[in-house]
Amino acid sequence: MAGRTLYDKLFDSHVVHTESDGTALLYIDRHLVHEVTSPQAFEGLKLAGRKPWRKQSIVAMPDHNTPTTPGFTAILDPVSRAQVETLDANAKELGLTYYRIGDVRRGIVHVVGPEQGATLPGMTVVCGDSHTSTHGAFAALAFGIGTSEVEHVMATQCLPQKKSKSMLVRCDGRLATGVTAKDLVLAIIGVIGTAGGTGYALEFGGEAVRSLSMEGRMSMCNMAIEAGARAGMVAYDSVTENYVKGRPFSPNTPELWEAATNYWRTLISDVDAVFDRTVVIDASALIPQVTWGTSPEMVVSIEGRVPDPDKEKDATKREGIERALAYMGLTPNTLISEIKIDKVFIGSCTNSRIEDLRAAAAVVRGRRRADSVKLAMVVPGSGLVKAQAEQEGLDKIFVAAGFEWREPGCSMCLAMNDDRLEPGERCASTSNRNFEGRQGAGGRTHLVSPAMAAAAGLEGRFVDVRRLG
Amino acid sequence: MEKFVTHTGLVAPLDRANVDTDAIIPKQFLKSIKRTGYGPNCFDEWRYLDVGQPGMDNSQRPLNRNFVLNEQRFQGATILIARQNFGCGSSREHAPWALQQNGFRVVIAPSFGDIFYNNSLNNGLLVIRLQDIEVDRLFADCAVFPGFQLTVDLEAQLVRAVDGSFAFSFDVAPSRKERLINGWDDISLTLGRSDAIRAFEAKHLSAQPWLV
Ligand code: SF4
Repeated sequence: MAGRTLYDKLFDSHVVHTESDGTALLYIDRHLVHEVTSPQAFEGLKLAGRKPWRKQSIVAMPDHNTPTTPGFTAILDPVSRAQVETLDANAKELGLTYYRIGDVRRGIVHVVGPEQGATLPGMTVVCGDSHTSTHGAFAALAFGIGTSEVEHVMATQCLPQKKSKSMLVRCDGRLATGVTAKDLVLAIIGVIGTAGGTGYALEFGGEAVRSLSMEGRMSMCNMAIEAGARAGMVAYDSVTENYVKGRPFSPNTPELWEAATNYWRTLISDVDAVFDRTVVIDASALIPQVTWGTSPEMVVSIEGRVPDPDKEKDATKREGIERALAYMGLTPNTLISEIKIDKVFIGSCTNSRIEDLRAAAAVVRGRRRADSVKLAMVVPGSGLVKAQAEQEGLDKIFVAAGFEWREPGCSMCLAMNDDRLEPGERCASTSNRNFEGRQGAGGRTHLVSPAMAAAAGLEGRFVDVRRLG
Repeated sequence: MEKFVTHTGLVAPLDRANVDTDAIIPKQFLKSIKRTGYGPNCFDEWRYLDVGQPGMDNSQRPLNRNFVLNEQRFQGATILIARQNFGCGSSREHAPWALQQNGFRVVIAPSFGDIFYNNSLNNGLLVIRLQDIEVDRLFADCAVFPGFQLTVDLEAQLVRAVDGSFAFSFDVAPSRKERLINGWDDISLTLGRSDAIRAFEAKHLSAQPWLV
């Protein structure tokens, strides 16, 4: 019998029941909740007279709508405020674990879950948010769900799921200095396309992934959804173990820790496991990546140029390129390094962890934001990341360089709060989506790593961070 | 959930690949805590010339005459055809809500974002994957025949031209199909297995006591 993939192990160990067509009822260990996709689910639960099946499995916090203005005390937008207050009330009424505004543990749900140890290896983790794939970095099966499914999990602790196909993305070699997990995952999406992972669960492996920190692995799994895959994951190893140890939700007695780690060490794909598809990437050859269009697959290296639609033979693709160039206000064949930017956003569940902030701070230290850059903002992923960064003096480095230091939240990743691009503004952003209007109606987003975003803020255009010296 | 058995309706073409859920319903409308009221803001940034905000009187806003769904001949359409990877991106269930509340009962494309696909079926919005060349045919017919209609027969798993000139078959998981045809409530079905869930849970949590 062939060996089993990590995905097989995680999926099979949570099957409560299988229907004749193969649809499984999957048990859910952890349910993360935020304010945008939950109100209708809480309401549905209440209308049906149901209670959460296992309320200890739920960890909730507001993140999408929350202001990032230093020292804010109230949400001025009444619609956003009502949504956050609805979550406050639901969490209180049901007695959920809840990090409200003002709690230092609050932040972006995908940063806070792992930080608190609420995400553990071997778990099934869901959240009404597509970037739930982030948590797969812990050898967990984590995927985003819709509001009906949020209600379903609350009511039953289960979800009907079809098993996906499996894809191994093997990243050979090591990343060069100045090239990050973000560059790697952008390059992968460029290769397999935004629909390439549809119907698959991705496992990121190979030497380049093994040598990444948990932060880097989270950045990669975070963007599995941008390759169309609902779940991305990385096998368990000592890096995982060291990160998880001692966190509030982690096993906290020597006996439990030993039992847990004995089990967790099995959370790897067997050497003879068979994947439905394998993609091999030479990570050692990569250089920093920049997206030029309105889909994450529209990506080239910092040494590249904006593509020429005349060279594309496929009609749908050609029209897609033309539409993207028009929206982005770019001319074919322009050098990426000639593209000027108006704003910088360093943050989001992709790149707002301490390591990301350290990387950006290392670039801006002792330098100044270009005068042509109207705003450069740094938004830590959680209150604890913010506190840690301040302890290391990173906030002072950013402020001295003319970068704003903000309160945690989703912020300009999706611009539901006041942080947004104005029509036509161009942004170097460490977030995960460059869709039309994502960062504000008419706004133009280029996805890059934290170091590349910081460098763009200093130069007012994209530059190869490795050449900054 | 609304039942879905068969449906015949006017077809509207959205000839774009990678239509993401941000485009289907922009984020500012996600601040609502309700399940309804999203229809007029479906494809908001393409549909109107101004920037939409919650609470606006949408009937007073300037329409983008160049947006295909605003064309007179597609008013009242209930079947949307689109290109690959429709509904990619954010998990917002507001996307199928907006499409349904805008009058659509069926979306046909070569492929869909996984989360959107599930969300749609969970709401009785039938999402159908057809081959690329079949979708090409639908776009071509839609362009040349005014008032082009299709019949979608879930029981037979067929998309048919109303004049009988072609019929394309599609896949749907049998358990999904049964739920849709009967309009069953998914949660009640799962709760019907409460004993199995409890038994699994007891075993699972005692094997991994750190999960509690
Ligand atoms: S940071 Fe952006 S992608 Fe992440 S959860 Fe928030 S809005 Fe979604």
